[in-house]
Amino acid sequence: MIDALILTILMTSVPLILAATGELVVERSGVLNLGLEGMMLMGAVSAFALTYASGSLIVGLLAGIVAGCLTAAIFGFFVLGLATNQVATGLALTIFGTGLSGLIGSDFVGKAIKGLPTLFPESFSNIPLIGVFFALDAIAYLSILIVFLVWIILFKSKYGLILRASGISHNSAHSLGYKVLNVRWCAVLFGGMMAGLAGAYLPLMLTPHWSEGMTSGRGWIALALVVFASWMPSRIIYGAILFGAITIMQLAGQARGWTIPPQFLSSLPYVATIIVLVLISSRGSAKYLAPSDLTRPFIASK
Amino acid sequence: MFYLTPRKEIPFSFRIAIPAISIVLTIVFGFLIFSILGYDPGKALYHFFLSPLSRVDKIADLFVKACPLMIIGTGLVLCFRANIWNIGAEGQLIMGAVFAGGLALSFPNNQSILLLPFMAILGFLGGALWALIPAILKIKLRTNEILVTLMLTYVASLFIDWLVRGPWRSPTSFGFPLTEYYPEAGLISKIYFPGIGNISQLHWGVAVAIFVCIFCWFTMEKTIFGFQFKLIGDSPNALKFSGFNESNTTLVLFVISGGLAGLAGMIEVSANIGQLQPNISFGYGFTAIIVAFLARLNPVAVIISGLLIALIEVGGDSAQIALAIPKVVTGVFKGILLFLLLAGETLTKYEINLSHNQKSDLND
Repeated sequence: MIDALILTILMTSVPLILAATGELVVERSGVLNLGLEGMMLMGAVSAFALTYASGSLIVGLLAGIVAGCLTAAIFGFFVLGLATNQVATGLALTIFGTGLSGLIGSDFVGKAIKGLPTLFPESFSNIPLIGVFFALDAIAYLSILIVFLVWIILFKSKYGLILRASGISHNSAHSLGYKVLNVRWCAVLFGGMMAGLAGAYLPLMLTPHWSEGMTSGRGWIALALVVFASWMPSRIIYGAILFGAITIMQLAGQARGWTIPPQFLSSLPYVATIIVLVLISSRGSAKYLAPSDLTRPFIASK
Repeated sequence: MFYLTPRKEIPFSFRIAIPAISIVLTIVFGFLIFSILGYDPGKALYHFFLSPLSRVDKIADLFVKACPLMIIGTGLVLCFRANIWNIGAEGQLIMGAVFAGGLALSFPNNQSILLLPFMAILGFLGGALWALIPAILKIKLRTNEILVTLMLTYVASLFIDWLVRGPWRSPTSFGFPLTEYYPEAGLISKIYFPGIGNISQLHWGVAVAIFVCIFCWFTMEKTIFGFQFKLIGDSPNALKFSGFNESNTTLVLFVISGGLAGLAGMIEVSANIGQLQPNISFGYGFTAIIVAFLARLNPVAVIISGLLIALIEVGGDSAQIALAIPKVVTGVFKGILLFLLLAGETLTKYEINLSHNQKSDLND
């Protein structure tokens, strides 16, 4: 019983980890992409459609990643190529992606596919106490690996330094000879791939069918998670598990007739994020944590 | 590759041309999308863009749909001009409806003509108070208002969900998440045209919306107050030197935009629904962002752009009924339109130059 609960919590947190890690890289490069929800939905519908058509989960996963990447490319074209306002462009991407995914998916409503298998043999999950950690699918383990790799690249490599420099001061990075726009393009496309993968996880793993708007706000929670993690990759894992636990707790609580209204639990991630934002800014340390050129378009001076 | 250089002056023709071209291109994209999906594009576009204009009562419905968009859009125009990114109008709308609804439900037998004005005041207050949270955080702690307003939207929608399922649920709703109906005096009546009667659902809230747009345009263009708003966005330093207080201006703008969103929520419920329910807005707060951009951040143009976006919404309904085109296609249209408008914004501000080498950019 407890094992099943922990397993659900872990699985709920996987898409959050993936999407938030991608968004973290994007924001570290100085771009805010509010279109997460749209990219995730495009990933979800493409993954479902291609898995359904081809019968192969690998094809489905790749389709999700490619769809997320292409959707992000639209965002990149406007925000980086044309230096449009990032907030409005991100919202446009969410509106557009929600609509287009619904349109593509309208033929797939009510159809079912078989989800991802667990990575380890089933007998592993019978190990007392830690068995539950062996009962996950490959993407779940991959997500942890990705967070680790992102941390290494961001903080231990030259490329990470350049990327963070672009986010903190694009003019300085530019005067040092780095191509800020290229760096941001890479970050935005990576963010799209992660969001696409996160979206693909929903119909392939969490619920084996497609429904309109099936991300149900996970994109926004992932955005909150990046702030909650104060732009540090490792904290995304704790945050995602915490947010996942809250989501599951309110479902479990409802079933057992808890007296706490489920809406209060649901609002906790959002309230917690605001509190974290306040704490960051009141310590006056925001400038060390938040990328200071976040949302400022870069235009190379002549 | 290409790069951007700032324009010295913005050609006047651009102000009209950009929204016009964006709308035409959106229709072209619509044509393509319908063709790809296998619908007859001519018929689909007729139902989308012309059928809502084909009868007087349908045009009245456009105004009804545009009402909240105009009111919220006006507030957002003021904010965005000043570079304040309040994107939580959806939450402020909900809080306005909750405050006004609280008053209406507290006086179930009230027949006073004062009830409605007080509900409007409370609606404004509810939205304004919800917007005060990001305002104060921004002024005192420099907290990013984009994230705070967004988070508070979710908190607000969970709050109303709890109210109508919990403490405010009507005992006679058979378990449905609905409150009692408002008393008659708390409802906004339809406009009665002498000799004609009512035209579809056209109500007095629409008149309020148009008044709000014109009033805000006047304030912005003709008063010293409006001058400050523009200055804070265009040139914060000039604002400082001329002795205006940036914090106060920020606070006022949050209160106005939040308050207007709250007022829109109050009107929406009192005119169209008559009771509170979990979903009282259909993303009006987010759609109004497109309205504000389409209006090129001008409060009077908000009237026209509000109607245009309402056309897409109503057109989506009529295309769904007539041709079974999924309603979500309106989202695709709205998204494309906003993309094009934003790209147009760039074209007004910058010249696009083609170049093969970016290295020369370094000598500055």
